[in-house]
Amino acid sequence: MSYEDATALLDEETHDAINVDRTKGDFTFPERHKFDAGYGLSSKTIDYICDVKGEPQWVREFRHKALEVFESKPMPTNWATKDLDNIKFDEIRYYLSDGEKPKRSWDEVPPEVLETFERLGIPEQERAFLAGVEAQYDSEAAYSNMKEELTKQGVVFVNSTEGLKEYEEIFRPWFGKVIPTGDNKFSALNSAVFSGGSFIYVPKGVKLKQPLQAYFRINSENFGQFERTLIIADEGAELMYMEGCTAPKFETATLHSAVVELVALKGAKIQYVTVQNWSSNVFNLVTKRGLAMEDAEVRWIDCNIGSRLTMKYPGVIMKGRRARGEVISIALANTGQHQDTGAKMIHAADETTSNIVSKSISVGEGRATYRGQVHIPKHLKGCKNNTECDALLINSHSRTDTYPAITVKGNRHATQHEASVSQVSEEMLFYMQQRGISEGAAMSLAVNGFINDLVREFPMEYSVELKRLIDLEMEGSVG
Amino acid sequence: MTTDTTLPNWFTARQQSAQQRYEATPAPKRGDETWRFSNLKQLDFAGFRQRTADFSSPEELIARSTGIERTAAKFVFANDTLIHSETSLPADVIVLPLSEALVSHPELVEKHFMKQETRLGSAKFAAWHEANVSNGLFVHTGDNVEIEGVIEVHHWISGANTVIFPHTLVVTGKSSKVRVIDIFRSADDITPGLAIAFNDLCAGQNSQLDYVAIQALNEVTRIIQINETSAARDASAKGFILNTGASWARNESLSRLEGPGSRSDMLSVSIPAREQEYDQRTFQHHVSEGAYSDLLYKNSLYDNSKTIFSGLIFVDEGAHHTDAYQTCRNLMMSDTCEANSMPGLEINADQVKCSHGSTSSQIHDEEIFYLRARGIDPVRARQLIARGFSVEVVERLNHEATEELVLRFIDDKFAHIAGGGA
Repeated sequence: MSYEDATALLDEETHDAINVDRTKGDFTFPERHKFDAGYGLSSKTIDYICDVKGEPQWVREFRHKALEVFESKPMPTNWATKDLDNIKFDEIRYYLSDGEKPKRSWDEVPPEVLETFERLGIPEQERAFLAGVEAQYDSEAAYSNMKEELTKQGVVFVNSTEGLKEYEEIFRPWFGKVIPTGDNKFSALNSAVFSGGSFIYVPKGVKLKQPLQAYFRINSENFGQFERTLIIADEGAELMYMEGCTAPKFETATLHSAVVELVALKGAKIQYVTVQNWSSNVFNLVTKRGLAMEDAEVRWIDCNIGSRLTMKYPGVIMKGRRARGEVISIALANTGQHQDTGAKMIHAADETTSNIVSKSISVGEGRATYRGQVHIPKHLKGCKNNTECDALLINSHSRTDTYPAITVKGNRHATQHEASVSQVSEEMLFYMQQRGISEGAAMSLAVNGFINDLVREFPMEYSVELKRLIDLEMEGSVG
Repeated sequence: MTTDTTLPNWFTARQQSAQQRYEATPAPKRGDETWRFSNLKQLDFAGFRQRTADFSSPEELIARSTGIERTAAKFVFANDTLIHSETSLPADVIVLPLSEALVSHPELVEKHFMKQETRLGSAKFAAWHEANVSNGLFVHTGDNVEIEGVIEVHHWISGANTVIFPHTLVVTGKSSKVRVIDIFRSADDITPGLAIAFNDLCAGQNSQLDYVAIQALNEVTRIIQINETSAARDASAKGFILNTGASWARNESLSRLEGPGSRSDMLSVSIPAREQEYDQRTFQHHVSEGAYSDLLYKNSLYDNSKTIFSGLIFVDEGAHHTDAYQTCRNLMMSDTCEANSMPGLEINADQVKCSHGSTSSQIHDEEIFYLRARGIDPVRARQLIARGFSVEVVERLNHEATEELVLRFIDDKFAHIAGGGA
């Protein structure tokens, strides 16, 4: 059997299958924006955004300072891919909205927006299993609603503008604290022009049984989406938050650069689930970090299927004793895609434990990269880290890289890191084919087996969807 | 001894252009990936100078140059000057000090001398070496030559702020077999020195080339050691580095697997203590399909010592059926030591078997308990475990006399650590 030119041998059915999937998010409606900050980024753009949103003075100052930091920072191309240089910051539109407040009912949402989210299945999912939904369309949320009983319990689930204006006393103390503006060039960019995203507060001891969901949608060409999310779980609180994203495939590249900060106070648990399925011309450059206090737990469950270039290394700072951090990551890189993902675990208290499990699949000429950092400083004791990263190469031009960095100080800790690279063995495929399973189905089984234990970490509804997506992406990749 | 006038023209031209390159190349700076976690303050080499033929009591250094009992050839250099040599080798093997080989076999040296680009961060220092190198070892064998025994080379640094530029160039012919040991030491324990060492190892088809570097300099001396290894079809190249000395050591080891069936074993044992820092960077470059590389680096860290390991397995497009392995293990023997590991993979081919692993841990109480239950006191138990941890790598040398020599230096180091390495 040869893997050579396997992608050229796609049968028609497979083409159709892949196309069905691609077009699920690949549609667009005419723009009807009331507010448009125009192309390019300057301090005028920022004033425009502040004026439209009617933001307080401190937010305006925060944004202007961030712009200076963004402009002063070089592109991280000394370690990251040179593809970043292809982002044309002057040709991007930084703010687009129709000026409407987010609606509490789908009936009030403009018809084309409603149709967008209906085609993506959001209202249906909300009815089925969600506690609350926020749906963002370009720069602002079009819909935002949460089950009534949660409001009574004191749960806050709003967009960033509302969060900073109406709940300043809750959110301001943590805003920009987990990820400071100057963390990296793209966190600075986000801090300058952020719009949309979710601000969530779960009060002491409140445990959400159902997940909250946000859906991010880019509808306009040359548009940059910069949502900002801040989730605070007060002592003993628990929640699961899920985000999904799509965009139509435009002629030009689109930029998505989010900042997500999580704060898990004593004994709290936050699970953050992402299924990223941007179209393959989106630059997805995201900074995500959680802070876990004593006995708290932050879990990032991350799946990257779409985008042209994703750079995302969710992190956890374990600041309190016995805090726990975890990153579960699945990446699928097809031809024309580079999934540069990983994790950062910063141990800052005794007996903290972290776990990283990353699996990537490279198909066609796709490239998957794992980049990780584990830091255990001096004078701590009993810290543990486990890192596993496995890569699967499907075709002969597929590519995978692994770049972990592990720093351990002192002799009271244990870390282990393991990585492997492999491909689906010919014996395995032969074995299944002998039993009457077609080669394509055998490959799909093998790939699903590779990621199966991770897919199970996703909520049921997502894991089914995920398996289907991966099947579609994989189909026909064997000649 | 040779003088500049007898050196071949190509060599003097290379030295001149290297000097220009050295001056033109910027020094490593913060943010350079190849120097991540490194202490760049260690790169201030101002005030060091060469002192060839300027050292005292060569007889004493020769007497102290004890290695393995019977060698096939033995050379002793002090400040890059040959002070002693003995050889009992057949005529079809060229084993000469580099300064002599440059005069007697200029074409052979030119063909193999520093052919690869230094890509692990020290390009500037490789240029500095090239511009100033005056001596070292040159080995060249014909086809089907097996050298019984070991070629042993001692490099001494003598006198305050002395820099040496020792070079080792080994070229093995088809189906040949060569084993070389370099030993780097300082004349005394208190005088600061610097070594910018380079070794070029070219393993010809189906040949076997074993190279061992023992770095036991005093703890106020620094060393940069750059290794370039290439392995042709069915060749086996084995490189081993022992670090027990120096205040700061930087090792850059690059293996190129150039032919199918070739194999590279990259091995290292480091035992830093007190304030010692070891910074090791490796590169397993699979150019050809069907090659094998295996890296095993082990560090035992005592006191305030620090290690950095950065390794990369790089599989070229088309280098299918590659087997590449990389393991770095850190044994943390104090609560103030620091280990940094960056095990990396870049795979551009398929039908590849690659793995890397990195661990950092301490001796577990159960292991001590097990030995205590057998009547061994806890101090001795820790010593035994720490030594056994290193021995696993040493045994991969598969040559008894060499293993004994390496263990002698390891035991000597343990004897100089508080508690005898417990």
